Amino acid sequence: MTNSQFGVFGVDPWWLVILKVVAIFVILVLLTLFTIWWERRVVSRMQNRIGPNRVGPQGLLQSLMDGIKLALKEEIIPKTAHLAVYWIAPVISATMAFLAFAVIPFGPTVSIFGVETPLQLTDFPVSVLYVLAIASIGIYGIVLAGWSSGSTYPLLGGLRSSAQMISYEIAMGLSFVAVFLYAGSMSTSEIVSAQQSVWFGVILLPSFLIYITAMTGETNRAPFDLPEAEGELVGGFHTEYSSLKFALFFLAEYINMVTVSALATTLFLGGWMAPWPLSLWDGANSGWWPMLWWLLKVQIFIFVFIWLRGTLPRLRYDQFMKFGWKLLIPVSIVWIIIVAVARALRNDVNFSNQSLLLVGAAVIILLLLVSWAFQVRADRKQAALDEAAAAEAESVFEAAAGGFPVPPMPGQEFTITTRRSMAASTTIVADRAVTEAVTSEQENPDG
Amino acid sequence: MNTAVNQGETIVFWICGFFAVLGALGLIFSKKAVHSALWMALTMISLAVLYVANQAPFLGMVQIVVYTGAVMMLFLFVLMVVGVDSSDSLIETVKGQRIAAILLGLGLAILLIWGIGSSMTNVGPGSLDDANSVDGGNVQGIAHLIFTTYLVPFEVTSALLITAALGAMVLAHRERWLPKPTQSEMSKARFAGAVHPGNLPAPGVYARHNAVDTPALLPDGSVSDISIPGPLKARGDVRPVDHMEMDEITSIDEGSQS
Repeated sequence: MTNSQFGVFGVDPWWLVILKVVAIFVILVLLTLFTIWWERRVVSRMQNRIGPNRVGPQGLLQSLMDGIKLALKEEIIPKTAHLAVYWIAPVISATMAFLAFAVIPFGPTVSIFGVETPLQLTDFPVSVLYVLAIASIGIYGIVLAGWSSGSTYPLLGGLRSSAQMISYEIAMGLSFVAVFLYAGSMSTSEIVSAQQSVWFGVILLPSFLIYITAMTGETNRAPFDLPEAEGELVGGFHTEYSSLKFALFFLAEYINMVTVSALATTLFLGGWMAPWPLSLWDGANSGWWPMLWWLLKVQIFIFVFIWLRGTLPRLRYDQFMKFGWKLLIPVSIVWIIIVAVARALRNDVNFSNQSLLLVGAAVIILLLLVSWAFQVRADRKQAALDEAAAAEAESVFEAAAGGFPVPPMPGQEFTITTRRSMAASTTIVADRAVTEAVTSEQENPDG
Repeated sequence: MNTAVNQGETIVFWICGFFAVLGALGLIFSKKAVHSALWMALTMISLAVLYVANQAPFLGMVQIVVYTGAVMMLFLFVLMVVGVDSSDSLIETVKGQRIAAILLGLGLAILLIWGIGSSMTNVGPGSLDDANSVDGGNVQGIAHLIFTTYLVPFEVTSALLITAALGAMVLAHRERWLPKPTQSEMSKARFAGAVHPGNLPAPGVYARHNAVDTPALLPDGSVSDISIPGPLKARGDVRPVDHMEMDEITSIDEGSQS
C-alpha cells in the first residue's frame, strides 16, 4: 500500500520483525498461563473455594506445571480416527489463534534499539477483516477435530461449534460496521487513533454490547459453551484428544479469549489510549506506558469472561441459536441503519445534533404508532381465526366432504361408518400427532 | 509505478501458486468428500493470499471470510451430517449429463484461455497503485465501483442469493398443525404418561455386588426386572439371586415385624 497512513508499517528491519513476532508469541503464551490461573482463582473465589495456591507465589506457576504434565501424558488416538485430519486439526486451531494477533496495536510508536516503530507487528487497510478471516479459518480446526475423531460426541460438538461460530461471526461482523462508519477505516491503528476524543464503546454502545455477546459465543465460552457441554457431549470436539494435541486446543481457546478481548479493546475502548483520569497526565499516551493500559483493559474483558462463567448457567441450544439469529442479527442491522442515516444526515445535509435528536424522536413516535396499528390488526385477525377454529371444532368432520377422502386434522374427530351398520360407529381421537410431536421433541431437543 | 514483479512477490507467488494447484488436484483426486472440501479450502486460502499480494487486500480477506469461512464451512457441514462417502456410482442420474458437462467444461476452458491469452498479448499491465489510489484506497475504490458502475449487477446478484435462501427456507419449511410444545408442556406430558419418568432402578446390591448383571431387589425381596439392561436379559446373562440372600431378607423382614 502506498497510502501515507501506513507508511510506518512494513518498513521495519528484519531483526525487528522477528523480535516483534517472538514478543507476541511469548506475550500470548504467558497471558494464557496467567489467564488459566486467574480464571481458576476467580472462579474459586466466586464458589467460596481457594483455588490453586501451592506452586509458586499464590499458585502462579500452577498452569505451567499443568502444561508440562499435559504435554508428557500418554497420547490416545482412537482407532476410527482419520489420522491426517486428526493431526492437522489442533495445529490449525492453535496457529490461527496466534496469527490473529499480528494486527493488534499494543501501543504507539516507540524506539526499540534506536529504531522508531509502532508497537504492532503490522497493519493494513482491512486488518479487522483479517481478524475475522483468521477466526473463520480457526473454526476449521474445531470442526475437523470433531469429524476426524470418528466418534459421535465429538462430531456433534464439532457441528455445534461450527454452527455457533458462523452464526455469531455474523453478529460480530455487523457490530464492527458502525465502528467502521465512525472511524472511516478498517485498520486497527486508525480505529484506535479515531478514538482520541471519545471511545466508540460509549457512542456506539449497542454495537459494543452486541460485540461482547458475540465474542462470548465466538470463543465457545460459558454461558455459550454448548460445543463442549460436558453434561451432554462429554468434551465436545476435543473428547478424543489427549496429551499435547489437547493442550493445543486448550491454548487456542485461551488465546482466542485474549484475541477477542484485545479486539474489543481496540474497537471500543480506545485501544492503548489511557482512560480518563490517567489521560490528564501528558505522558500517559506516549512511550511504553500505553501497553500497560492496553493490558489492563484486556484483563477487564478476561475478568468479564470469568465472571460470566462463574455466574450464568448454560443456554439450551435452540434458545441460543434463536437468540443469535432472531435477536442479535436483526438488532445489529437496525442499529447500523440508524447509525448510517445519522451519519449521512450530519455529513451531507449538515444537520445539527439538536435537529438530529428531534428527527430521531419523530421517527420513534412514528414507529410506535405503526407498530400499535399493526398490533390492533393482528389482534383482530387472531380473534377471527380463533372464532373460525371454534366453529370448526364444533362441526362434525366428514372425510369425503370435498369429494375425495382426506385424513382428519389434529383435533378433529374421525367417524368411521361401516357398511354393515351405519349406527355402530367408532370414534378415534386423532391425538397421534400430539404424542408424536412431543416424543420427537424429547428425542431431538436440538430442534 | 514499477510493472516488474519484485522478489518478495515472486516468492509468495511460487509458494501460494504451488499450494493452490496442489489443492485443486487434491480436490479432484481425493477419495473422501471431506478431504476434497479441505483441499478446496487450501486453494481458496492460497488464492486469497495471492489477491493480497496483488494489492487487493479487501478481496483477499472477503474471499476467506465468505468462501472459506462460510460457504466451504456449510459444505463441510452438509458432508459431515449426510456422510457422503467414496462409493461413487457411475450411473448417470441425469440424462446426457456427462456430455453436457464435457461441453460446458470445454467451453469454459476456451473462454479462460482466450480471455487470459488476449489479456497477455493485447493489453499491457496496468498500474495497481494507480488503480488503488483513484479513490484514496483499495476499500474505497471497491466501494465506489460497487455502488456506481456495478450497482445493478451487484443488486441483481444479491436478489439471486436472497431468492436461493428463500427457496431453501420454503423447502425446509414445515407447516405446524399444532403449536410447538413448550418445555413445560413436554415435561408435563412426560409425567402424565404411564411410563415411570425417572431413572430406572440401578442394578446390583451395592453391599455385595456392583455388577450390571445383578438385578436389584424390590422391598419384598422379589427381583426388579427393569433394573437389568435388555441385552443382558436377552443373552440370559442375568446373575441368579442367591436363595440365602432371599432368606436373609425374609428373616430381616420378619424380625422387623415381630
